[in-house]
Amino acid sequence: MAVLVVADHDNRALRPATLNTLAAADAIAKVGGGDVHVLVAGKDCRAVAEASAQIAGVAKVLLADDAGYEHGLAENLAPLIVGVAPNYSHILGPATTFGKNLMPRVAALLDVMQISDISGVESSDTFIRPIYAGNALATVQSKDAIKVITVRGTAFPPVEASGGSAPIETVSAAGDTGMAQFVRAELSKSERPELTSARIIISGGRGMQSGDNFHLLEKVADKLGAAVGASRAAVDAGFVPNDYQVGQTGKIVAPELYLAVGISGAIQHLAGMKDSKVIVAINKDEEAPIFQIADYGLVGDLFKILPELDEELGKRQQ
Amino acid sequence: MKALVAVKRVVDYNVKVRVKADKTGVETANVKMSMNPFDEIAVEEALRLREAGIVSEVIAVSAGIQQCQETIRTALAMGADRGVLVQTDTELQPLSVAKLLKAVVQKEEPGLVIIGKQAIDDDCNQTGQMLAALLGWPQATFASKIVISEGRAEVTREVDGGLETVAFKLPAVVTTDLRLNEPRYASLPNIMKAKKKPIDAMTPEQLGVDVTPRLVTLKVEEPAKRQGGVKVGSVAELVDKLKNEARVI
Repeated sequence: MAVLVVADHDNRALRPATLNTLAAADAIAKVGGGDVHVLVAGKDCRAVAEASAQIAGVAKVLLADDAGYEHGLAENLAPLIVGVAPNYSHILGPATTFGKNLMPRVAALLDVMQISDISGVESSDTFIRPIYAGNALATVQSKDAIKVITVRGTAFPPVEASGGSAPIETVSAAGDTGMAQFVRAELSKSERPELTSARIIISGGRGMQSGDNFHLLEKVADKLGAAVGASRAAVDAGFVPNDYQVGQTGKIVAPELYLAVGISGAIQHLAGMKDSKVIVAINKDEEAPIFQIADYGLVGDLFKILPELDEELGKRQQ
Repeated sequence: MKALVAVKRVVDYNVKVRVKADKTGVETANVKMSMNPFDEIAVEEALRLREAGIVSEVIAVSAGIQQCQETIRTALAMGADRGVLVQTDTELQPLSVAKLLKAVVQKEEPGLVIIGKQAIDDDCNQTGQMLAALLGWPQATFASKIVISEGRAEVTREVDGGLETVAFKLPAVVTTDLRLNEPRYASLPNIMKAKKKPIDAMTPEQLGVDVTPRLVTLKVEEPAKRQGGVKVGSVAELVDKLKNEARVI
């Protein structure tokens, strides 16, 4: 039996988390046997299917092109996936807001328990997943015939986006169920890298004191080619939009370098970033819990440190 | 229109959980338990809709062991009108909870179900979506704003790229995100009043739902601990370490 990965995309390009999800699919296919297929469902999204066909290790791409799939509504996509499900032993989606919204709906229609946010593959029916904000790791075994799974992207290095040449097969699309309508999207526009795939992230917390002060972080971010994130406190206070939030219920990140500025380090925030390779904490409170997990800590006033950091990085780039 | 809110009893968000020595789970004996924070937001939203005259009655439902009644009492103290407890000692997984909620929904016929997007214990993020699927209803997950008029809802959702708004006809299931509202505290008079509010108790068997777990937890372990590092004395030292020691910039 084959493994199906539901692609997360915007009708033009794949979102990076799809490549991490494919790495988990490869791990399952290796222990369980079978091919890895990708489902691209959207509107005028053939380019995404063609890109998917190039990915190393993909044996087949299913393309469902219909206006009803344009905005990724779970009400429309779930019946499509249930329709192809009998051909698969595993159906995977990324643990992005797209996958988290869609996959449980698929699982319930198939009468199976979803395995959420897996961080490891033990065998074809046994997986590791973090619970309690990552303070414990559970090894769970599924007794269901079809395994519906979401994948924690940071736990699986992305597969190569090239090297493959899979055939593209069109699947007949049930289309719009008419159950829900997309009204509008207000997406943050940024030239900086996307948080969950950035190599370097600099995040601000309550200590930033205002949204205006985030420009101090942004200047450093631009010197480092970094993405900008935030703690829940900074988002709740309205300093920055919700899509900046790193944490248990926000985005899970694991960059090479994570700089936490004015963030005390609540367990809910640590849950979202503690797998980063190198962590730097900048905080005026030397007792802040963030220092307990930071590789490098700098105690001091961030309003002095950030401009200094900006200047120091500028000097070294010359 | 009735609104149904589902509330889960979980280890309080301030508790640092400990993995049991025999690796069967985390320590829950003598640990403070509370309502899942996202469910508090769900209760608050239902109460606000009632205060706005859109919802006529707020029913708080919980499923699990007998002590889940305390969680329902918390919802009643916040202002919910009555409670439903589906009592069982069997470990409940989201698919089972969704089936139990479906059975309660079919009895109560609410126009809206509001549930936390995720419970902070198992971090599953499934129940609302599963319930919507089983009922054949539309779903709006990760809601930061709900506008209801003339039997239709327009819900703004927190998505990875920003915000997205969807619309549908009720009934529907909505799951809450952090920015939807700030839940109220129960006042002492309301806590007293809540003691007199009715809680209807039933079992999965009475609802005709099989709650046998589909996932078996083989073991629960502590993740590798991160070691604290060093404090540096200056920005120049920090940049030097990042460049020459960690080699990440």
